[in-house]
Amino acid sequence: MSKSITTKELAQKIANHEKTMILDVRNTDEFDNWKVEGGNVEVINEPYFNLLDGVEPVADKLDKDQEIIVLCAKGGSSEMVADMMEEEGFTNVYSLEGGMKAWSEHLEPVKIADLNDGGALYQFVRLGKGCLSYFVESNGEAAIIDSNRMTDIYENFAKEKGVEIKHVLDTHLHADHISGGRKLADNAGATYYLPPKDATEVTFDYTPLEEGNDITVGNTTVKVQPLYSPGHTMGSTSFIIDDQYLLTGDILFVRSIGRPDLAGLADDWVGDLRETLYSRYKELSDDLIVLPAHYSFAEELGEGGQVSARLGDLYDQNSGLNVDDEEEFRKMVTENLPPQPNDYEDIRKTNMGKISPELERQKEMETGPNRCAVEG
Amino acid sequence: MEAAKVLDAKGLSCPMPIVKTKKAIEELEAGEILEVHATDKGAKNDLTAWAKSGSHEIVDSTEEDDVLKFWIKKG
Repeated sequence: MSKSITTKELAQKIANHEKTMILDVRNTDEFDNWKVEGGNVEVINEPYFNLLDGVEPVADKLDKDQEIIVLCAKGGSSEMVADMMEEEGFTNVYSLEGGMKAWSEHLEPVKIADLNDGGALYQFVRLGKGCLSYFVESNGEAAIIDSNRMTDIYENFAKEKGVEIKHVLDTHLHADHISGGRKLADNAGATYYLPPKDATEVTFDYTPLEEGNDITVGNTTVKVQPLYSPGHTMGSTSFIIDDQYLLTGDILFVRSIGRPDLAGLADDWVGDLRETLYSRYKELSDDLIVLPAHYSFAEELGEGGQVSARLGDLYDQNSGLNVDDEEEFRKMVTENLPPQPNDYEDIRKTNMGKISPELERQKEMETGPNRCAVEG
Repeated sequence: MEAAKVLDAKGLSCPMPIVKTKKAIEELEAGEILEVHATDKGAKNDLTAWAKSGSHEIVDSTEEDDVLKFWIKKG
């Protein structure tokens, strides 16, 4: 019997930039569409069905004593391949428990900073999808921003920290993942906030996020200050926490900017996106630390797995913020866009409360990369 | 379609549908058809890719009540 490795162990290796060798045995189409990336990961693909008569096709490419993590879609085939490799004399082979399906659901909490009043800010990195969510705690209370579907992870974290979830916020109506916001708020008796312009079709009650209406978490000094920032969606809203951290949602990422087309209105929203990125954010302090809701490139994972950047640095380095010509900008964000996220229309409907798919269907809807960005 | 053999792989999860299909097709003559029934959704993409790499041909496939059926012509 071969050994196994959990998604948690793999996530920590990636977050710590440890050298990691992965043998992905899914079929090549699935591999090309979506794979484990980040940190110091090297990955090779050889479908399991090419290895049924023996592991020779990969044996030459790998060292018998190096650590190799075998993974597949759900964990069955990787276990078989890992067993076969052990029989062939590989000594350090592990099968990823639950495969890419489990990997897609893993959230790794990374501490961003202590806040001025004694609280703290954490980023939850969903390495399998590139989604980032945030947990603010202060004086016994917590706020969660852009929560993923796996609400128990945040609930357990709150329990560990001994804090009560009081506020749940989404920066916008998500199209790439199912929001856990409503469920978290229901379970905890917390307030669920949404931007009203993104919530015109939702089927449930919510509290509208409005510019100027600060939300206080714990001690009064931790303010979540909404900043209306349309472009990715009509209602997209950013938050400024502790006068230091700018949560940009899907408007601005570290290496790229948000795409305006996922609600089908690219042309109408290009102007809003430009206004947000080239005027509204520019009026803010260069020293704000940008914390986005996604990352798309392995290189964006920084120290300890965190994804962040100084706003002023992004104005120097992010190509999406350096397109002077408006027409060129319009072309960049409306033409040659990457494929839209898997099942994004059903994901939007689920987040509006219009449909309530079974859990298995929800997991299936979320497979694949997030693809919310355009690169300049 | 006349199948030389029918393989029931219902209820089996990956990698077993392919492992069994491979075994079953090895017992057939080139040109004969193997009919496979499976319930693992992943079987669809994997069987297609596997057949291609082994120069077998999927001549037909259906999906009814969550049962996937494939007719594979041995290459």
